[in-house]
Amino acid sequence: MEQIILFAPLVGALIAGFGWRIIGDTGAQWVTTGLLFLSALLSWIVFLGFDGTTEQIHVLDWIRSGTLDTAWSIRLDRLTAIMLIVITTVSALVHLYSMGYMAHDENFREDESYRPRFFAYLSFFTFAMLMLVTADNLAQMFFGWEGVGLASYLLIGFYFRKPSANGAAIKAFVVNRVGDFGFALGIFALYFLVDSIKFDDVFAAAPELAQTQLTFLWTEWNAANLIAFLLFVGAMGKSAQLFLHTWLPDAMEGPTPVSALIHAATMVTAGVFLVCRMSPIMEFAPEAMAFVTFLGAATAFFAATVGLVQNDIKRVIAYSTCSQLGYMFVAAGVGVYSVAMFHLFTHAFFKAMLFLGAGSVIHGMHHEQDMRNYGGLRKKMPYTFYAMLIGTLAITGVGIPLTGWIGFAGFASKDAVIESAYAATSGGFAFWALVIAALFTSFYSWRLMFLTFWGDPRGDKHTHEHAHESPKVMLIPLGVLALGAVFAGAIWYGSFFGKTNEVVKFFGGKYGEPPAELVEAVAERSPKASELHYVMESAPGDAAIYIAPENTILHEAHYVPTWVKLSPFIAMVIGLITAIWFYILDPTVPRRLAENQRPLYLFLLNKWYFDEIYDFLFVRPAKALGGLLWKKGDGNVIDGSINGLAMGIIPFFTRLAGRAQSGYIFTYAFAMVIGIAVLVTWMTFIGGAE
Amino acid sequence: MDNLLSITTFIPAIAAAILAIFLRGEDETAQRNAKWVALIATSLTFLVSLFILWDFNPKDTGFQFVEERDWLLGLQYKVGVDGISVLFVMLTTFIMPLTIAASWNVTVRVKEYMIAFLILETLMIGVFVALDLVLFYLFFEAGLIPMFLIIGIWGGKARIYASFKFFLYTFLGSVLMLVAMVAMFAEAGTTDIPTLMRHEFGSETFSLLGIQIVGGMQTLMFIAFFASFAVKMPMWPVHTWLPDAHVQAPTAGSVVLAAILLKMGGYGFLRFSLPMFPVGADVLTPLVLWMSAIAIVYTSLVALAQEDMKKLIAYSSVAHMGYVTMGIFAANQQGIDGAIFQMLSHGFISGALFLCVGVIYDRMHTREIDAYGGLVNRMPAYALIFMLFTMANVGLPGTSGFVGEFLTLMGVFQVNTWVAVVATTGVILSAAYALWLYRRVVMGDLIKESLKSITDMTQREKAIFAPLVAMTLLLGVYPSLVTDIIGPSVEALIANYDTALAEAATASKFAAASQ
Repeated sequence: MEQIILFAPLVGALIAGFGWRIIGDTGAQWVTTGLLFLSALLSWIVFLGFDGTTEQIHVLDWIRSGTLDTAWSIRLDRLTAIMLIVITTVSALVHLYSMGYMAHDENFREDESYRPRFFAYLSFFTFAMLMLVTADNLAQMFFGWEGVGLASYLLIGFYFRKPSANGAAIKAFVVNRVGDFGFALGIFALYFLVDSIKFDDVFAAAPELAQTQLTFLWTEWNAANLIAFLLFVGAMGKSAQLFLHTWLPDAMEGPTPVSALIHAATMVTAGVFLVCRMSPIMEFAPEAMAFVTFLGAATAFFAATVGLVQNDIKRVIAYSTCSQLGYMFVAAGVGVYSVAMFHLFTHAFFKAMLFLGAGSVIHGMHHEQDMRNYGGLRKKMPYTFYAMLIGTLAITGVGIPLTGWIGFAGFASKDAVIESAYAATSGGFAFWALVIAALFTSFYSWRLMFLTFWGDPRGDKHTHEHAHESPKVMLIPLGVLALGAVFAGAIWYGSFFGKTNEVVKFFGGKYGEPPAELVEAVAERSPKASELHYVMESAPGDAAIYIAPENTILHEAHYVPTWVKLSPFIAMVIGLITAIWFYILDPTVPRRLAENQRPLYLFLLNKWYFDEIYDFLFVRPAKALGGLLWKKGDGNVIDGSINGLAMGIIPFFTRLAGRAQSGYIFTYAFAMVIGIAVLVTWMTFIGGAE
Repeated sequence: MDNLLSITTFIPAIAAAILAIFLRGEDETAQRNAKWVALIATSLTFLVSLFILWDFNPKDTGFQFVEERDWLLGLQYKVGVDGISVLFVMLTTFIMPLTIAASWNVTVRVKEYMIAFLILETLMIGVFVALDLVLFYLFFEAGLIPMFLIIGIWGGKARIYASFKFFLYTFLGSVLMLVAMVAMFAEAGTTDIPTLMRHEFGSETFSLLGIQIVGGMQTLMFIAFFASFAVKMPMWPVHTWLPDAHVQAPTAGSVVLAAILLKMGGYGFLRFSLPMFPVGADVLTPLVLWMSAIAIVYTSLVALAQEDMKKLIAYSSVAHMGYVTMGIFAANQQGIDGAIFQMLSHGFISGALFLCVGVIYDRMHTREIDAYGGLVNRMPAYALIFMLFTMANVGLPGTSGFVGEFLTLMGVFQVNTWVAVVATTGVILSAAYALWLYRRVVMGDLIKESLKSITDMTQREKAIFAPLVAMTLLLGVYPSLVTDIIGPSVEALIANYDTALAEAATASKFAAASQ
């Protein structure tokens, strides 16, 4: 069954990509979509029937060299099972949605068949993503990792006639490669120390790695920290974390269903998945994890600030994705992997829905993406409006405070992240960055809603007159995702963020009594959390995630002060009220504010000038250096000295040979060489002169 | 059949002789006959070579299919293959029919053209099977001549300059190798390669002209061989002949150059440098590793600045050969497995990339990147194939390009993390230059008037690419096909290398103690 889940999308991609001339446009769409629904159905069966025991299925040998032994295989554990349903469900719905969204596209001529190609890419992406999450070793994971990168490249550049789309595609691939650079080094380091890159071996060696020093570059490092850090660099690239985030907003050049599937729900969360998957190593790498927490919090804050002022509807959601990914990394960074997965899970539903909703608006508005030209679309697109409303309620985290779980999906998971952050950092930077980001999230999400659906129509009158609700194939996926956005948090709250024993069991581990000293230590640190009953007992790698016994953040997060539990709710309300004030009550405020605070406004609008800085620091110097090395290095220095050498050194050698008198072969060879050298030098100058 | 290797080696030469003797005239029939004879001969060679692969026993790390007989002037004709060389023979016989098929549009001196390629094939196979020093040298050097002629006669505008540069560079390197060979004969008293591989050449440090030479004779001989192989690879900084040669060579010439001729250097390192001069290799390993890492970064940056498609791919070739030398001198299983894999894989990928340039060069007669743009609009099949090989070139997992890069980097990480880090930046740069090239040639709207009527690939062209596509994907998904064959031989090579180094270390300690 697992094999079918994995390979059905690949089969679909091949049929659609190569067989569309035979089965036709429509056939290609139905085949891929049908196979994806099959995958999704089977994934749900696997997920719901999964008992937590890790299962490994060998498919085919892959790279083998000496002690390195990697295979194409399927590792099925709780992490994989969660990712399976997220990927296949969203992908199936996006396939269905795309039938409507891609039905007409002004980027292509009437007689062009672009749809089979689109569906083939989508299905191929799904396959690569599934390979990533089902990997049983780091090499296969790297295959999936780069495979989704390829799919992302192809889909961002899908409108191949648009220069901006081509540029964005290359940027996405190259920036991701920067991350892959770190990921690859992490794999090499692991192999060097563990002699294997299979997960089981790697995890079993984790405690030992924590005690190992590794000489890397100029100094010695703690092996676990170094490896965790290098792997995280990979995660930064794929999950668009600060410094390697610049590709994600540009990736919005791709068709909107692509943004929903790849750049919101699945591919960009691969980094979070990686950190959770490597939790046995992460648990032994405190410094690296502190860095993960810091960078996640910084990204959440940074992206949220930029999201405040963007005008392109998709870019707002893109920055929102970037910011939410930061939340997930904070949760993983503080060692509450289950909550990171929880937010990943709920985020997939509501963010995919927001994107598909935005796609529906764009579709209805004839590919207008600037929110300044929207307004009053509530009545023209009622279903889309309600879907977006649910998505917004979910992302801003609306729920009943202090109950923990009664609310929209984002309420349960986001509050869990923030509470974990408080428990781990005792109210440090990460906590405050996330709370402020929550305020901004609420503001920009409602700003998007108000600009799009409230007020009077702005922009081109003709477009507004023809604005229309989208067809059913596009609305049905929205409806299904809405279910997830509303209920996913409440239903799985206990499994991801319940009592420690519940969570441990869900992830297939064994729990047991904590040692007395640990209970005392926790009670001393946070008196309210003194009732520590259970800790994880499984060895690293035995369960899908590993929580070291002394890591009690998951437990303590439930006993944070009340004001902490209320803080995200308060932030959300402040954001909402500000948005109402700015965009409904007094729409002149934003403009005046932008004029008063012009430098700040421009700073945010230009995304903190990251693109400009990188262009100045990396892109231009690389090109200039390339030209310099070519003309001066190859041309003047190397060719110059070789020509000089030909004139100078050969007579010297001939004299030497003549003295040596070592037989005719020398004389013969050197006679030839002299002749050639003279000829060549002459030709070089003649040729050079031409 | 116990002379399978000789048959494989000389079928092309016999075909060349037949063409030279029997084919007369320059009319169309004669041209067609020449092409068919060449195609049939190279295909036949490939089929015969399959028997070698079939009968080859990977577990036996010695030489197989050995033939030995007396030859002129008291020299020996001795050939054989082991796990390291057998796949290079296969690569050669596999690529040659494709290059002949890719030359179907040649109209100038077709007979001579085909003869040159056929002789070249014999000489190239000879290099990989020769087990006698003199025989090896003859094949190795003689191979220059047909290539020199191919560039010089059928090449582009500046072909004379390029062909002489090519010849000078490679020949200068060979001269030093010849000196070393004579010295080897003087010391060991034989030119038999298997015997030489077991011979321990002197490695006591001595001083020459006031310079202490660590590793003694071995270091000197290593340097002499290195001069030749490094040029052939080509390694930075003696790589500048390659872009010129590629640019001027006809498409098929570029394919052979990139796919096979460059591999002779890597093969030489594995056959001579490591097994015969282990101490010398060990002394110079840091230098070679750094040269490789610099090559990867330097040439990748240069590739970014290119305006000519062939030059760009040529520089990319140099970068990829950097992984090879790095892997070889990491001197561990992953490194050398990866290096051999990378050489084979690069044979398919770079060959295909040069063919990709050839496809549009045949139509537009220019290699200027700026002359193209938006080809996908009229050439979807071409766009797909070019995409596949672009991705293989940047080492996407699932293609053969990944396995070699991954293994060599993994190998070198165990030896020197600095080199590994510098070399790994190559994965970023290769993505940048390869995708940038692809974008400028294939993507975008088709605006240029001259391209409006360009046609997609013909059936013949697709048929040429099909085997390359198949191999690139097959080896990417199931690389064990290669590593199972080379693995045991590589393991034996490394074991001998390590033993030799250990022995040399004890010997020098003993010498120091007795002084």
